[in-house]
Amino acid sequence: MGDAVQNTETRESILSINNIEVVYDEVILVLRGISLEVPKGEIVTLLGPNGAGKSTTLKAVSGLLKTEDGEVTKGSIMFKGEAISNRDPDDIVRRGIFQVMEGRRIIEDMTVVENLRLGAYTRRDRGIRDDIDRVFNYFPRLKERTGLAGYLSGGEQQMLAIGRAVMARPEMILLDEPSMGLSPLLVKEVFGIIRNINQEQGITMLLVEQNANMALHCASYGYVMESGKIALDGTSEELLNNEDMKEFYLSGGDKDRKSFKNLKSYKRRKRWM
Amino acid sequence: MNFELLIQLIVNGLIVGTLYGVVAMCFVLIYKSTRVVNFAQGEFLLIGAWTCWAMLVKFELPFYVGFPLTLVFMLVFGIVLQVVVLRPMIGEPIISVIMVTIGLSMFFQALVAWIFGGYTKAFPTVFETASVNIAGLQIETAYLMSMVVSLVIMIGFYFFFKYSRMGLAMRATAFNQQIAQSLGISVKHVFAAAWAISAVVSALAGVVIGMVNGVSSALSFIGIKVFPVVILGGLDSIVGSIVGGLMIGVLENLAEFFDSQWLHFGNMYNIAPFYALVIILMIKPYGLFGTKDIERI
Ligand SMILES: Nc1ncnc2c1ncn2[C@@H]1O[C@H](COP(=O)(O)OP(=O)(O)O)[C@@H](O)[C@H]1O
Ligand SMILES: [Mg+2]
Repeated sequence: MGDAVQNTETRESILSINNIEVVYDEVILVLRGISLEVPKGEIVTLLGPNGAGKSTTLKAVSGLLKTEDGEVTKGSIMFKGEAISNRDPDDIVRRGIFQVMEGRRIIEDMTVVENLRLGAYTRRDRGIRDDIDRVFNYFPRLKERTGLAGYLSGGEQQMLAIGRAVMARPEMILLDEPSMGLSPLLVKEVFGIIRNINQEQGITMLLVEQNANMALHCASYGYVMESGKIALDGTSEELLNNEDMKEFYLSGGDKDRKSFKNLKSYKRRKRWM
Repeated sequence: MNFELLIQLIVNGLIVGTLYGVVAMCFVLIYKSTRVVNFAQGEFLLIGAWTCWAMLVKFELPFYVGFPLTLVFMLVFGIVLQVVVLRPMIGEPIISVIMVTIGLSMFFQALVAWIFGGYTKAFPTVFETASVNIAGLQIETAYLMSMVVSLVIMIGFYFFFKYSRMGLAMRATAFNQQIAQSLGISVKHVFAAAWAISAVVSALAGVVIGMVNGVSSALSFIGIKVFPVVILGGLDSIVGSIVGGLMIGVLENLAEFFDSQWLHFGNMYNIAPFYALVIILMIKPYGLFGTKDIERI
């Protein structure tokens, strides 16, 4: 996305996370001071290796942390100017944030349409039927699948998970690794649709990805996490041209990647620490 | 061999079986959505039937007032029971929760005996004619009504789980609580709703049986019969509970038939389902329709 990306601070943030710490089971400190801003209507991506704490960050926002004995012990999470830390997940959904969990967690013993209708669980209006058609417009191949969702292919299940989020008519979607386990062609298709949904529905997105290249081409701004902290952030363009990013996240094979910390060329940002 | 008696007993078995199926559905509803094994299911029938009896006989309300009031009472009863007793047990070991429901069962039996006494009491007659003749079979009108009520409940359950917002939410919660919560479903509400619906529908069954046999503590024995039914059908299968109910209903009547004709052991009616239970557990431990990953109890 080459179009003029401004500095995040100058835009209205719909979500701001301020220096949060997250602890699991009252002892395991996983997030050690994370701050990030998501401007309204944009796609922001959160990158980083396995175990960095990306999913934990999303769960802290959506409240799903509670279902795993996790807790935000420090800092604040503000959504549209209100503090939302440690609230129940159903409360957060009602406020307009919907998380698509990692690993396409659809309800396998229900049909596609039943899954979609459940996405609209918190809604009471009459537009649900129209919205199912709208989702089928984004994902035409889902319309042909009349059996149980458990029999869908991985890509179709991911599409269903995203479609289900759209059904909630949220203001913001938290997407956790939508490309996981999908073929490169499917990844391209899914990301294209994510961008369309963002533009046409005006839904803000916080996108967690391991596929940094794809994510940065979709997002306007990116953060890179490492072991519970933000290691680097910048506009997508900046990150795509960043030497360290190129070497460690964008080159493809990232199996034997060392930490940023061990790099001379990497100057650690002091901004939030 | 007395064929007429055989046919009559099979028909009776099917009629009683649909009632077992309904009660088993109520049990499965709670097990599926809250993972609680409710040993107090039979007491729901008991309390429902006694409440309705009190409304009609003690307070002399007409049926069309007393009966709906009973259902409203049971709705509140189910919710209060869940919120006050079972919600604090969430996350406790399964055996502790089982102990709590066994305790509830004993408590309610004693409470009901204390309030209403130990004798069987009859409902005011609802039907003019005691029995009708269908294709040469004598069928009690009340039995016929129970069959109709059971079928309506089953169809109601089907539509509820297929189309209603709360029904879908219950299925989602049964599938995976975390996914359900990610969709904005309040698991607390689902749990309360499951207990409420289960209590209301069980009470309905209790009233129907009470009209046929009178109201007494024997009603809670249906709650014990539910175990062979759900273990045959599978602890977590609604369809299984209906099929299981019919099978157990017919089985106990057939056992009665063979016993009266040839064996003369006595009381086969009540014992046969439990023989069946043992055999099923040996050859098909997850029931006919159950899923594999549930704990046996
Ligand atoms: N429910 C949990 N209980 C305890 N520790 C957890 C839990 N979930 C995640 N963790 C730990 O938190 C760290 C970050 O995990 P996660 O947020 O899933 O990372 P990512 O999504 O970036 O791969 C990991 O070390 C993981 O082991
Ligand atoms: Mg993750």
